[in-house]
Amino acid sequence: MSPLLDVRNLRVSFPTPQGRAEVVKGLSFTLGRERLGIVGESGSGKSMTGRAILRLIRTPGRQEADRLAFDGIDLTTLSERRMRDLRGARISMIMQDPKFSLNPVMTVGAQIAEALLTHETLARRDVQARVIEMLHAVRINDPERVTGLYPHEVSGGMGQRIMIAMMLIPQPDLLIADEPTSALDVSVQAQVLDLIDELVRDKGMGLILISHDLQLVARYCDRILVMHAGQVVESCAAADLHKARHPYTRGLLAAVPRMEETRDELPVLDRSAWSGT
Amino acid sequence: MPLRRKTAGAQRLKQAARSLGGFVVVTALTFIGLMAITFFIGRVIPIDPVLAVVGDRATQEQYDAARVAMGLDRPLVLQFVSYVGDVFQGNLGHSVSTNRPVAQDLARVFPATLEMATLGILIGVGLGVPCGTWAAARQGTWVDQLIRVFALLGYSVPAFWLGLVGLVVFYANLGWVAGPGRVDIFYEGLVEPRTGLMLVDAALASDWEVFWNALDHLILPAAILGFFSLAYIARMTRSFMLDTLGQEFITTARVKGVSEWRVIWVHGFRPIRVPLITVIGLSYAALLEGSVMIETVFSWPGIGNYLTVALLNADMNAVLGATLVIGAVFILINKLSDVLYRVLDPRSR
Amino acid sequence: MTTARHWLLDESPASRLQANLGHAYRMALQLARNPLAMVGAFILLLLILAALFAPWIAPYSPLGQNLEARLLPPSAQHWMGTDELGRDIFSRVIYGARITLTIVALVAVISAPLGLLIGAISGYFGGWTDKLLMGVTDVFLSMPKLILALAFVAALGPGIENAIIAIAITSWPAYARIARAETLTFRNSEFISATRLLGASHARIITRHVLPLCTSSMIVRVTLDMAGIILTAAGLGFLGLGAQPPLPEWGAMISRGRTFILDQWWVATMPGFAIIVVSLGFCFLGDGLRDVLDPKQGGKS
Repeated sequence: MSPLLDVRNLRVSFPTPQGRAEVVKGLSFTLGRERLGIVGESGSGKSMTGRAILRLIRTPGRQEADRLAFDGIDLTTLSERRMRDLRGARISMIMQDPKFSLNPVMTVGAQIAEALLTHETLARRDVQARVIEMLHAVRINDPERVTGLYPHEVSGGMGQRIMIAMMLIPQPDLLIADEPTSALDVSVQAQVLDLIDELVRDKGMGLILISHDLQLVARYCDRILVMHAGQVVESCAAADLHKARHPYTRGLLAAVPRMEETRDELPVLDRSAWSGT
Repeated sequence: MPLRRKTAGAQRLKQAARSLGGFVVVTALTFIGLMAITFFIGRVIPIDPVLAVVGDRATQEQYDAARVAMGLDRPLVLQFVSYVGDVFQGNLGHSVSTNRPVAQDLARVFPATLEMATLGILIGVGLGVPCGTWAAARQGTWVDQLIRVFALLGYSVPAFWLGLVGLVVFYANLGWVAGPGRVDIFYEGLVEPRTGLMLVDAALASDWEVFWNALDHLILPAAILGFFSLAYIARMTRSFMLDTLGQEFITTARVKGVSEWRVIWVHGFRPIRVPLITVIGLSYAALLEGSVMIETVFSWPGIGNYLTVALLNADMNAVLGATLVIGAVFILINKLSDVLYRVLDPRSR
Repeated sequence: MTTARHWLLDESPASRLQANLGHAYRMALQLARNPLAMVGAFILLLLILAALFAPWIAPYSPLGQNLEARLLPPSAQHWMGTDELGRDIFSRVIYGARITLTIVALVAVISAPLGLLIGAISGYFGGWTDKLLMGVTDVFLSMPKLILALAFVAALGPGIENAIIAIAITSWPAYARIARAETLTFRNSEFISATRLLGASHARIITRHVLPLCTSSMIVRVTLDMAGIILTAAGLGFLGLGAQPPLPEWGAMISRGRTFILDQWWVATMPGFAIIVVSLGFCFLGDGLRDVLDPKQGGKS
């Protein structure tokens, strides 16, 4: 059986006055129905990878790949129309900050219903029932009331649950979560991640969790890719993270404070160790 | 839950009341400012305002009588107060060229301008909004460049010149439209001027012959006027649209697999409807200004034409009266669209 | 050549001069990549050249009448035809560039510094000074510009000088608004406080530190406004309130040609093309400048 997602030599570039700059430089990986974490600092190209899988790099940005296949379907040659049928319905993405990623002038209910109606034809009453059911699933109390609210009327944590509901309602096979909790209060981060984890396991979906937080990714994923400057510098099972070899990964791990800290000063990432890669 | 709705509603009402209060104060102050400017232009700048009113053929007695009648022997502040009082009573003085009260003249000519400007703004919005949206959706392509140049033309073509060229091409050479004036001479005075708007009056009287003739006369000047608002509206729509289309929630919509048409017209367009109202309000007000040139070229008996005729006859009362009325309408529309913005935007609720 | 380029694009300039020149060079490079802006710059260059060398470019005198050559259509001898007094329209349009350039330059020289100063003072001092100055500015801003200019000219009397004064009076408020907004963004910043601690007077801070920082957005706005100023001036000329005959002002020329518009179309249309081309030039250049100098204002193109 072919893997859920097969990426080979993915490149994303943007034009600058000094010529095209590649932000993703030849990324390759395969994904089954498992949980993959992509870790890297800002600017490492991890978010662009997520968007490139959905073919959502807008002009003047450009994406190329030797192979980009989802469930055996070649995404590089797919028409825009067929690609749209795939987006949402089979591959979905949870965006970073619900403050910006929800449409400010549409009610929450309308936005969730739209995700469903784009791919299915349903009677109005059924739509409403499915939306309510989905909001229940993401643990929102009083969903009938919430459907009539505008995004600015809900909290960040609730906004992100609404986002999850919206992205999971058409029951996709692959979910990309792009920094799903970095805009949230620490207190609700774990709740949201647990929720994603639970729903992904229940439905047997593939998950790509994109984050800058190595520990967090290690906890929720099976496998980890560490990205730096557009390239994968480390690829390992989450359990083997402590065996990581690349100096960048080692540096990141060393910079994490421990519960029983014995060091007087946390080490600063020594970038000279791998410069030139 | 109903309780929450109610308080939210009350809050909105309170906010609307507050912005309405602010609106009244600011508008009143701006009106006073406007009157100060017209007063300044009429009574202070001219070396001899009396001469400007009575003309240089007046005798010394006539001159002195006029000077006292105008209250020019009193201090400037008192003069201004009585000027404001006069304006509020609708007394804008007497026109020397029509020999009638200026206020009466203005009431007679204003509907003609309103009719033209209204059709103009309809054309401007009807074409400008789709053009601007289209350009934004195709940013950087030749469509965008073409619309950009076309819109910039609206900032570069003199209105009076375009009017003349329009007359030569569409009236004299192609014969598609009727010439200057509001209706053909033999249709004049056929319908009773109930609203002063020729199209409405003709429709009320069910006189369709007059209606079509009036429309024939109206369409060219209104289209030219509309072109100028089209340019502004298209430019602003494009810039708002580009702003919105760059937002994160647009990507969200694309992630959901929503069609590009829906992304643009539902997700992209909805958030800009409210700021667009302000833009449309502003360009509607600007059309009143633009009508001065167009009306002169098309001999359109509106306020613009009245103003230019008064200018050429050095009829200062008429000039200032027309300036005051156009300025007042301009300010009113401006401030109203401001208030509308605050009341309509869901984010300010 | 390459070393000069290298010096200009150096990421770590050694002197203030190098930094400034490098900055200007980068701006120019960016501007040069915008084709419309280059077209605009080219048009303005033509306008300036036409104004400077009018006597050498124009084949005929702009004022000399030749009643035998009245109302001739465009031909090899008279590229834009002749008017009702037999004057060569092309020559008049070329000389008209001088008038247009004078109007535009004078209005800019009067209104931009005035608005800049009022806005900077208003923003810098704040409080009642700000309220009062901005109150006056807002009253002017909420008035239709053309109508206001018409009323001023009506009171001052027709003529090109009065037209310039009237247009300048109606143009400054927009600049005051921009200068104030700019000033507010850095009024409380560290470097202003530091200068104040050094004992610099208010006047010195405003002229040496505040005003220079407002200039780039001011340049953009003035360039974009030029088209409007040209149109207003031409409009005043058309109504007989601006430049008086026999001056070859473009708006006044259109007004004269209006009488013959149906039979001799070129008399009125030719000067119109000159107005359009020059106004478009300013628009193109202003748009390009805005993209370079003031990116947050324009689209993200």
